Amino acid sequence: MSREAILAAIRRGLKRGPLPADQAAMLRGRIAAHPRHIIPARARLPRAERIEQFVRHVEKEFGTVARVPDLAAVPAAIADYLAQQNLSPALVVAPHPELAGLPWAERPMLAVDYRAAREGDAVSLQHAFAGIAETGTLVFPSGPDRPTTLNLLPETEIVLLRASRIVGAYEEAWDLLRAEYRDPLSGGFLPRNVMLVTGPSRSADIEQTLELGAHGPRRLHVLLLEDGDDPRG
Amino acid sequence: MVHLTSPAFKANAARALADAGLQRALARSKPQFQAKRAKAAAGLPEFEALRDVARDIKNHTLAHLDFYLEEYAAKVEAAGGKVHWCATAEEARAAVLAICRAAGARTVTKGKSMISEEIGINDHLEAHGITPIETDLGEYILQLRREPPSHIIGPAFHLNREDWEKSFRESHTELPPEREFRERRDILTEARTLLRRKFLAADVGITGANFLIAETGSSVIVTNEGNGDLTQTLPRVHIVLASIEKVVPTLEDACVFLRLLARSATGQDFSVYTTFSTGVRREADPDGPHEYHVVLLDNGRSNMVGTPFQDMLRCIRCSACMNHCPVYQAVGGHAYGWVYPGPMGSVLTPTLVGVEKAGHLPNASTFCGKCESVCPVKIPLPKLMRHWREREFERHLTPPTTRYGLRLWAWFAQRPALYRLAAGLAMGLLGRLGRRRGAFRFLPFASGWTRGRDLPAPEGPTFLAAYAKQRREGTR
Repeated sequence: MSREAILAAIRRGLKRGPLPADQAAMLRGRIAAHPRHIIPARARLPRAERIEQFVRHVEKEFGTVARVPDLAAVPAAIADYLAQQNLSPALVVAPHPELAGLPWAERPMLAVDYRAAREGDAVSLQHAFAGIAETGTLVFPSGPDRPTTLNLLPETEIVLLRASRIVGAYEEAWDLLRAEYRDPLSGGFLPRNVMLVTGPSRSADIEQTLELGAHGPRRLHVLLLEDGDDPRG
Repeated sequence: MVHLTSPAFKANAARALADAGLQRALARSKPQFQAKRAKAAAGLPEFEALRDVARDIKNHTLAHLDFYLEEYAAKVEAAGGKVHWCATAEEARAAVLAICRAAGARTVTKGKSMISEEIGINDHLEAHGITPIETDLGEYILQLRREPPSHIIGPAFHLNREDWEKSFRESHTELPPEREFRERRDILTEARTLLRRKFLAADVGITGANFLIAETGSSVIVTNEGNGDLTQTLPRVHIVLASIEKVVPTLEDACVFLRLLARSATGQDFSVYTTFSTGVRREADPDGPHEYHVVLLDNGRSNMVGTPFQDMLRCIRCSACMNHCPVYQAVGGHAYGWVYPGPMGSVLTPTLVGVEKAGHLPNASTFCGKCESVCPVKIPLPKLMRHWREREFERHLTPPTTRYGLRLWAWFAQRPALYRLAAGLAMGLLGRLGRRRGAFRFLPFASGWTRGRDLPAPEGPTFLAAYAKQRREGTR
């Protein structure tokens, strides 16, 4: 293995041996403290403006947003959206507790399946862990309740996001994960995969001209659940 | 591997200047790249301050690179992954092949990775009966055409629409030949449909990494198409190809670079998919790879640590330098003759393949300084190119005519009075000779200049003489 050779060459360049224990401890302290750097002003807005900014950025990046007053309104919002886009009323849904109790019976035409996505699935309903206002970005940590394939295989991805889970900056999303998630394998706070998604898939590889729907979803539709006041203010 | 043609830079450049298709593509892309970056940077008032922070974080990391790499590797292993430390391209190729063989792989899908080009993994896999499939749209068509990328983020920007249609018709022979490509979207849809099958069938997925995070052991990829995510999610095995300088300490550190990267590269505020991968599929997970390997490549980079070229290890491969380079914008990426084109390539290529082979590249610069002014991590690219020129001169690699010419000039330059006298005489003579036409069509010893343009005849006294006269007469 070349591990030792590479480390030795780096140390030769730095003109020192392995890092002394006190310096290593200091660097581990920096990692543990993970200090923030500059947080742009645009990422530090109060709640109402933050939500507006999130919506504006999603739309700027060719996503769409519909507001729903409560969970009970979700099936109707989805049925309406699919009808409006002329898509067939079938969707595969993330097995997330918050999506488990949706009153699908009110829209009996919708065929609903709770699972990871497979080839051929046209529409997914995913649950967002958080939204980031700074760039209109959705946060999807992987796990049994939030399969990664739902973000990738279907041509249309619908996402349920609580307004109270819209934060200003990327750093705040990491802090939410640090506080709320414990990985069973590593003991850390990151699951296998965290996708930050900003708008639908696209490519400009053909003559620098933007086309949506390269390999991932062609449409990204956010259902913004207007829940109560955010305790973080 | 990308066949090295850097020694033939001059011939490459001449061919590129005469290539009408390439010139059309360059004319189309240049204003786009530059205007989009300018708009994105102006849209974030903190952009300039972030560049300073980004430079400082990279400098801090490089000063403790051994420590952060070991921390990173420990976290990867804690999440069920494996790190393969590779000193050379050969070792990296062998590591990838061994993983693919152990997985019984027949096909391998690939996300965009410049390290993959650097180590030439595609040819190596093919030679051993494994089929690599590029899935980034630009890389895909280049694989069909057996061409190297000409740009580090827009690999096929040098192609025009008719090139795409022609290549697709020639390669996708299973589709009806009479099908129409009415718009660009039809080209995209055909690629999407064909590649989707490849994604689903692949045994191994190979991606690059924009960053490695020591805090969590994560690899980060930044894409717009989603091909990288399909590549690393669907197959049983995920291999990350990354070079040692990609590591940053924490997620907070990574955020600084993420705020700069897309803005500097494509002029987006943020790319569509920024994905953090940490180890293998967890027990309860319904999807994701069962094996996670990081092939960690040195390939000469550790030798840059502690030298003036250490600054180059800050590079985050955004492509802003080439997008703003008058030389790159005139000849495109292929002329540079290796994996990395433009100013960053002109600094990096000589360190990785040797200045005796790539000495033309640091000379292919107007030293306008635009590259340094847009670099998100403030790499002093012109200074580093000058370092290469000096080393080239010291090692007697520059042609004799240049060396003697420079010596002669230096001799005069160190004797200002003589220099002014000689310059005054020469300019006076040229002025008189050229008075009638106002310009020279041909000059002895300067045919390289006059072949493409006229040299205007000097008018009046030299600058220094005019300046001295004005000073004497008290005007400004």
